[in-house]
Amino acid sequence: MNSIGSDELSFLLESTGWTLLLTAISFLAGGLIGGVIAILRLSRNRAVATVAILYIQVLQSVPVLMVLFLSYYGLALAGLELPPLLAASVSLGLYVSAYLAEIWRGSIEAVPYQQWEASASLALSPAQQYAYVVLPQAIRISLPPTVGFLVQLVKNTSIVSVVGFVELARAGQLLNNALFQPFRIFGAVAVIYFLICFPLSRLSRYLEKVFHAGRRH
Amino acid sequence: MPAVAIEDVHKSFGSVEVLKGISFSVDPSQTVAIIGRSGSGKSTLLRCINGLERFQSGRIEVAGHVVNQDPKRLRELRKDVGIVFQSYNLFPHLTVGQNIMLAPRLTKGVSKAEARALAERVLAQVGLSEKYDAYPDNLSGGQQQRVAIARSLAMQPKVMLFDEVTSALDPELTGEVLVVMERLAREGMTMLLVTHEMGFARSVAQVTVFMHQGRIWEYGPSRELFSAPRTDELRSFIKSDVK
Repeated sequence: MNSIGSDELSFLLESTGWTLLLTAISFLAGGLIGGVIAILRLSRNRAVATVAILYIQVLQSVPVLMVLFLSYYGLALAGLELPPLLAASVSLGLYVSAYLAEIWRGSIEAVPYQQWEASASLALSPAQQYAYVVLPQAIRISLPPTVGFLVQLVKNTSIVSVVGFVELARAGQLLNNALFQPFRIFGAVAVIYFLICFPLSRLSRYLEKVFHAGRRH
Repeated sequence: MPAVAIEDVHKSFGSVEVLKGISFSVDPSQTVAIIGRSGSGKSTLLRCINGLERFQSGRIEVAGHVVNQDPKRLRELRKDVGIVFQSYNLFPHLTVGQNIMLAPRLTKGVSKAEARALAERVLAQVGLSEKYDAYPDNLSGGQQQRVAIARSLAMQPKVMLFDEVTSALDPELTGEVLVVMERLAREGMTMLLVTHEMGFARSVAQVTVFMHQGRIWEYGPSRELFSAPRTDELRSFIKSDVK
């Protein structure tokens, strides 16, 4: 057997599922942490803000590959063996949190400071200002770059293949090792990535339009 | 007891002293206008009164609250002291009705039905009942400013501060906002306004304060102040407005 049949295709599709699952887990976990870090980063308390800055700077300055090696091989050496999916999710989640924290910090800061003044002048507490005035506006601002980042993440999950996790890119490699049909196989892999990422990119542009439409005359 | 009492307030930005010992008071139901050139400190003074700016020394008491930077006390103060800004600062993601109801609902525990009735009442007061469901971006500047006034009124403040509220508007829209403010003044609201509208200050405010270089340069009944300025600075300021 040396052509792509239904077995090979279903192997690719199954691996696509792992790519999507890994993307979803790391995006959600990273988003939760990133949201908290973004708000800490904007805290008026210097110490708190500094901790958040350090967190972001360190994670953005270290290749996600090293985080992955550390959490998979490093922890294993220390006696804590993480299953590949967990090691991959943790590493990508950390990476996602640092980038989303910065995207969202920027979005929060893009809300005019007069909105803070106006809501403070109406006796709202800081938590109420965030919840009812600033975050609803910041989320609109953040949606296009956030979805854009999600597209990057879908593609960057391929990095976890180095710890033996079989996602879409790794599945393509394995198939090619058996069949040696690089054009067909990697072409198919590329098409699958495209089919995931292209709609997301369109979504990002669509969101940008929708949210601007409500704010025009 | 005065509604606003300002005693020897000093305020610096870095090494620049912008308020050099300001003292005056506003009686309940009085309208006081603060005029002066840009940089004279008049907006800064107004923002000190509701705690948006800190001041280094002196004392301000407004609607029975002493101004300090304790967050909880500041919120109590702000329930009783409304402010309207030059740039309206409505919440763009909320409708006019939601803009007005937000603070009473959150800070005073007003029920939904009560809040709605309140919103309708204050919107009627500024002549914009039909805009309840509109978004701020679909309103003219003058309408937005009237909604901002309504939003402040919904808190049922004891004192209202107006910070150059017509400076961003063309003359026609300025007129519709001034009409609303004049009516408020006549109904007995205590108002302190920073303004460039000399005509309005003269005819509506009982008292006008002329600030110059961080000091109160002249203070008195508006009619006297405008018809018989005592200092060269005020004379030239009034003259520059006429042309």
